[in-house]
Amino acid sequence: MTTLDAAPRAVAPAESDSPLARAAAGLARSPKAVVAAIVCALLLLTALVGPALAPQNPYDLNVLDIMDAKLPPGSESMAGQTFWLGTDGQGRDMLSAMIYGLRTSLFVGVFAGVVALMVGSALGLTAAFLGGRFDTIVMRLVDLMLGFPTLLVALILLALLGQGVGKVIFALVLVQWAMFARAVRGAALVEKNKDYIEAATMLGLSRPRILFGHLLPNCLSPLIVIGTLQVANAIAAEATLSFLGIGLPITQPSLGLLIANGFQVLLSGQYWISVYPGLLLLTLVFSINIVGDRLREVLNPRLAER
Amino acid sequence: MTVFVIRRLLQSLVVLAATAAIVFVGVYAIGDPAEMLIAPDATPAERAQVEASLGLDRPLPAQFLTFVVNALHGDLGRSFVFNQPSISLILGRLPATLELAFVAIVIALALGIPLGLLAGLKPRSATDEAIMTGSILGFSLPNFWQGMMLIMIFSVWLGWLPSTGRGTTGTIFGVETSLATWDGLRHLILPAVNLALFKLALVIRLTRTGVRETMPLDFVKFARAKGLTERRIVLVHVLKTIMVPLVTVIGMEIGSLIAFGVVTETIFAWPGIGKLLIDSIMRLDRPVVVAYLLVVVSLFIVLNFTVDVLYSILDPRIRVGRGA
Amino acid sequence: MVAVLQVEGLQTWFGTKDAPVRAVDGVSFSVARGEILGLVGESGSGKSITGFSILGLVDPPGRVVGGRVLFQGQELVGAPPETLRRIRGKKIAMIFQDPMMTLNPVLSIETQMVEAVLAHDDTPRAEARARARDALGLVGIPSPEERLGAYPHQFSGGMRQRVAIAIALLHKPDLIIADEPTTALDVTIQSQILFEVRRLADAFGMALVWISHDLGVVASLADRVAVMYAGRIVESGGVDDILDRPAHPYTRGLLDALPATARRGERLRPIPGMAPAPTARPSGCAFRTRCFAAGPDCAAAEPEPTRAGERQWRCFHPLAEAAA
Repeated sequence: MTTLDAAPRAVAPAESDSPLARAAAGLARSPKAVVAAIVCALLLLTALVGPALAPQNPYDLNVLDIMDAKLPPGSESMAGQTFWLGTDGQGRDMLSAMIYGLRTSLFVGVFAGVVALMVGSALGLTAAFLGGRFDTIVMRLVDLMLGFPTLLVALILLALLGQGVGKVIFALVLVQWAMFARAVRGAALVEKNKDYIEAATMLGLSRPRILFGHLLPNCLSPLIVIGTLQVANAIAAEATLSFLGIGLPITQPSLGLLIANGFQVLLSGQYWISVYPGLLLLTLVFSINIVGDRLREVLNPRLAER
Repeated sequence: MTVFVIRRLLQSLVVLAATAAIVFVGVYAIGDPAEMLIAPDATPAERAQVEASLGLDRPLPAQFLTFVVNALHGDLGRSFVFNQPSISLILGRLPATLELAFVAIVIALALGIPLGLLAGLKPRSATDEAIMTGSILGFSLPNFWQGMMLIMIFSVWLGWLPSTGRGTTGTIFGVETSLATWDGLRHLILPAVNLALFKLALVIRLTRTGVRETMPLDFVKFARAKGLTERRIVLVHVLKTIMVPLVTVIGMEIGSLIAFGVVTETIFAWPGIGKLLIDSIMRLDRPVVVAYLLVVVSLFIVLNFTVDVLYSILDPRIRVGRGA
Repeated sequence: MVAVLQVEGLQTWFGTKDAPVRAVDGVSFSVARGEILGLVGESGSGKSITGFSILGLVDPPGRVVGGRVLFQGQELVGAPPETLRRIRGKKIAMIFQDPMMTLNPVLSIETQMVEAVLAHDDTPRAEARARARDALGLVGIPSPEERLGAYPHQFSGGMRQRVAIAIALLHKPDLIIADEPTTALDVTIQSQILFEVRRLADAFGMALVWISHDLGVVASLADRVAVMYAGRIVESGGVDDILDRPAHPYTRGLLDALPATARRGERLRPIPGMAPAPTARPSGCAFRTRCFAAGPDCAAAEPEPTRAGERQWRCFHPLAEAAA
């Protein structure tokens, strides 16, 4: 049956059958994925307009009152304001702190994911196209990076570098680029031998033009899938590093840091300080993963697990 | 077989050497080695003495040689905090970490393979959907938060299990382990479950994928045509086939279990090398960090090597192909 | 003659309920004890699906939606799974097309043969092993005792097919369904296997359904031939009748396309076009778009079977030579 539509196609497949269009159509067919995508979008929106939405600026020391510290959810402040999700040890409104934390977490995760995607796919693409020694060196590096647990590498790196947003992003990029490089190289090697690339070469197009104009669009499927999942990984990894005390500094608290703050008082029953930020983090990572998982099914059922 | 083993051994040594070089460059060459290796509260006299004994005035390759020679003698420096050789600190804590990882992997396999089979044999069914969504949830749960929730539910609210520490250990076959005593087991359950959940999700997915790829193969149909029971087909033909990729991935993942152990050990105050690592990073006890790295990398190499050998035992095609 | 197998109006469909793909659409034939029936057709004609349908081995989404399969008087369509299992391998054995795919690569030949014995007979392991060894000897595998411990990848394609045949013979079944068992093999190996099968079928008095796209192979082996096109049997009868005086233009076309039957100097005459996909069959007679004898009436209705003694065909314009 497949023989019927196996007629040779002269145009690049990307032009007739865009992975983005397929991804959107595939997502729409799964109610679970649609819900997850809506949740993702809502969380992203919340993060973007965060300060306008938050009941207070949790890092403005003038509005904090130590008398409001560790109030359970639903309590009222000395000034008559209701803390729907309670307050932390400094009398900070948890809801506001979470909205600000979400901003930080999403920024770090998405930024690190995007940079890793760019670095990784540029290296993977070039390796596939050039082959030879460059390819060997890049792939050895990829093997080495993937051979070690990402969390451990990031941990050691940050232990050497110290805390900071830029350093965390750097560490995350360093541990994540290899996944992209491997996937893109694999896809590019398949595409490279197809007719349309040969045609482009014979037309005398420049190398960068062929690489990024022709080869890259046809490696989009694995990139979309891995990119989605890696953003979720980056957010989770940042939270973990911050929880361990070697990620973001206390001046820029992400969700992970909020949870860490709640850890000390968890045993004494003040559960809300760590439970609510944790639930938010879980919702965020879970819905991104659901979307990513669906994308993988739609775009590339044979993609390696994880 | 021998050729295969020797080749793998050589590859392993190269990786170890590369790691040693990277660690050396990381700790000794970036920044001020003296600051990293000498306790922050050392007197200027102590500082000068250590700098001289480290030979910091000598060129970098010579320093690297000294580092390697010392490392080969098992000397990876002394801990500032504990004032002990860092390597013996690490080795002393290693059994607790390995025990935790071992129990976690057993939990992950014991639950993950049956669940993965269940999901893979009835793809797109409600059972499959539930198991797969559960496994995505398992991937998404932030490990540290999940650990805190376990403590909150089972220690604080229900009061069933202790929340921190390792408890009493006993010996089984000469190995000191928590598995030997009831108290030890009670302390082990929460951290082990916490560490296992992520891998459980992975084992489920791997098994399901394996089942779905194997079931349509001709040899499964042929096994049916022989009149074998569905039970034997799944438990022997399919399971043996998917064991090959499963063992490979799980072997690799033991490494990441040790890494994730850092988080679990921190939350549950489990006295393993992960907690030691975090404590040492916080206290700037860098010789311990260096020792941790080299020990863990060596561990990875041993693990990867074991996996490769196991792999060749499980897959007869490789065994004969490479052994000839 | 008593029919061992009687298939009546068998329908096996794929696809969804709303848009069914009729892979097998009303196939009827019977096989007598000791008889060899050749089931011939192009790929996609539904001949393999017919074979699998008999044993209930069609993979979902395929399913038997109509018709009867009577094996020694027992209805197999809709029979309980355990009943079917007891018949598979014991009473009806099957040989598959690609010997490289039918044996499980991670299990030894011994395991795969012994389990086939034990699936139906409650015998000691040693005895099952002896039976396996004897069966290997029977199909002409040299030094069967040693080969028993080997793995599939250590055999050539022809040898693997012999192993598959040995497995099929383990229980001396009443019927063997062979699905293009020689297609994947070299011509010399092919004729050896053909010879071997013919000899064994005669020796044990087994009935044989030989599925093939190659009319030449069937001519040298079968007693009777059934020609399938687009999910239906378009012509059936004794092998000599069919080969010498085909009634259906499609059979004629198959014969003319055979290099062996063409006279020297005469051109081969291929059938124009390709077999239609099950989703896009022409109205009326499915063959009319490729048929040299087709008229306007062929598009209006499907031809019903015409009987003439032992022969049968579905055609509005049968060739004159058959009517004689």
